[in-house]
Amino acid sequence: MSQWLTLAVNSISYGGLLFLLSAGFSLIFGLMRIPNLMHGSFFLLGAYFGVTFLAQGMNFWLAALLSAAAMAAIGALIERFLLRRLAGQELAQVLLTLGLSFVVADACLMIWTGDPWQPETPHAFQGAVQVSGLFFPIYRLVIVAVAVVIAIALWLLIDWTRLGAMIRAGVDDAPIARVVGIKVSQLFTLVFALGAGLAAFAGVVGSPVLSVYPGLDAEMLPVALIVVILGGSGSLLGALVGSFIIGFLYNFGQAWFPDLAYVILFLPMVVVLVVRPQGLFGKVVP
Amino acid sequence: MRRITLRSVAITVAVLLLATLPLWIANTYYVNIASQILLFAVLALALNVLVGYGGLVSLGHAGLFAIAGYTAALLLEAGHGHLFSDLAAIVAVLIASAVFAVLALRATGIGFLMITLALGQIVWGLAYRWAGLTHGDNGVNVSGRPTVLGVSLAGAIPFYFATLVVFLVAVAAMALFVRSPFGASLRGTRDQPRRMNALGYNVWLIRFVAFLFSGFWTGVAGLLFIYYNQFISPQVAALQSSAEALLMVISGGSATLLGPIVGAAIVVIMKNVVSAYVERWNMALGIIFVLIITFMPEGLVPGSVRLWKAAWQRIRRRPATTAALEEQRP
Repeated sequence: MSQWLTLAVNSISYGGLLFLLSAGFSLIFGLMRIPNLMHGSFFLLGAYFGVTFLAQGMNFWLAALLSAAAMAAIGALIERFLLRRLAGQELAQVLLTLGLSFVVADACLMIWTGDPWQPETPHAFQGAVQVSGLFFPIYRLVIVAVAVVIAIALWLLIDWTRLGAMIRAGVDDAPIARVVGIKVSQLFTLVFALGAGLAAFAGVVGSPVLSVYPGLDAEMLPVALIVVILGGSGSLLGALVGSFIIGFLYNFGQAWFPDLAYVILFLPMVVVLVVRPQGLFGKVVP
Repeated sequence: MRRITLRSVAITVAVLLLATLPLWIANTYYVNIASQILLFAVLALALNVLVGYGGLVSLGHAGLFAIAGYTAALLLEAGHGHLFSDLAAIVAVLIASAVFAVLALRATGIGFLMITLALGQIVWGLAYRWAGLTHGDNGVNVSGRPTVLGVSLAGAIPFYFATLVVFLVAVAAMALFVRSPFGASLRGTRDQPRRMNALGYNVWLIRFVAFLFSGFWTGVAGLLFIYYNQFISPQVAALQSSAEALLMVISGGSATLLGPIVGAAIVVIMKNVVSAYVERWNMALGIIFVLIITFMPEGLVPGSVRLWKAAWQRIRRRPATTAALEEQRP
């Protein structure tokens, strides 16, 4: 029973981390109609930025925010100066992000070497809380809290602001959104930057748990992909539900079938593709 | 008429050059690189069936390639014969292709790309994590190369010739495929799927069969690969390998017969040259990808053909215009 609870807490905190990663992926996919194959690279690069700042003795949350801001700027530049050149050619855009992901992975290997970096858990959140004889690591609970705060902030942004309404309009029907005067191309840059920043933030927040190493990008990208196929593109709720499903599957799979854990992750995706191709919360794109 | 003879002359010369290659490059290292080019050309040609003629961009072909390789390598390791292991590998890759196709053909375009990517990652995950079966990161050793018709393929030169034969068969199969009514209907589903549907073609079935055809030749390339390397590891199934194969198709020029072959040669040579000097092959791969997609999306072969045709027309037109001018001035 206690093992179950511990696994459940780990699953929820991993799910929270996945939500931070895949919310941006989902918005980018929904709006720009391309899976951003460098999303794992944003996560990895953000995490490396974070551990570098932390090595300078910076406050943990400041490092996470700075890394997110830097990545958001890089994301905006990539969208504005590389992806924009290929506007309308979705396949070329996807392949461009794929090519860039190799460049980023190799540059990271060159700069931060192949050794894993694992920053210390922030002092305030070290240790565990004891609840009725069970120990829960505080930091994992903090990750959940951060994910919840960001989920609420994103929901407020998308559902209750003018900007959010514009993004929703762009997701639903970009040409019509253009006709009514929404500058969709500016939204592209904004959403791409937002997604990159969120992924970097997730990378830093996750680094004390996951540690940062080459190949982390290629590990996180397919997971984000599954979450979005599962939840439906462009849907925050879908990303949230998908993240927690995958969080649970990953942790319980890892504990029970370590050999097949990675495959188990993909099974719900296969089922969804067969039964409901648009995803659990996705809309049918005409 | 003239172009057909030009083309047949070029083909004869190319085949003769390839057939006599070990005679004029004595160095085993270069013969081995030639074998690598030919075997990856088979993979690129197979992928081109979907990417070029079907308009279906797959990022999961490294998974199929690895399934054939792992099946044969594991059966050989268990003590089975070459013929049995290879046939079993082909059967396995056909079954895997059918499963891939059924799932991935729920979508086209970007959706197809995402699903094949995820499926390829599943194969990678199995190869990497299911250590009880695949030995994980340690990979599987293949003890020896087979003997075909009394000739041992253990040496570099006999292996080169065996690869060449398979390669030529693959090229011939592709040429027939492209010209066949089926090839035409596949191109039809790429350009006008709705019209093809309205004309009574079963678009899904055409794509499915094309996927199997592509999967078959991918498996053949996978078998050549394990016999060439005598080793297979999860790296073969990684996304990067799928991306390399796609780069071969795109850089040479998709939907052409020659493009993927040229692309395979470029990528294999680049990889060997770049790896010899720096450890940064991945970065080079990424940069080439970005450059080709941004500046020469049609690929090198169609790009060069376009330039060549323009130059040829200029050469032919010039004498004609000067002759016309001379007629006016008696």
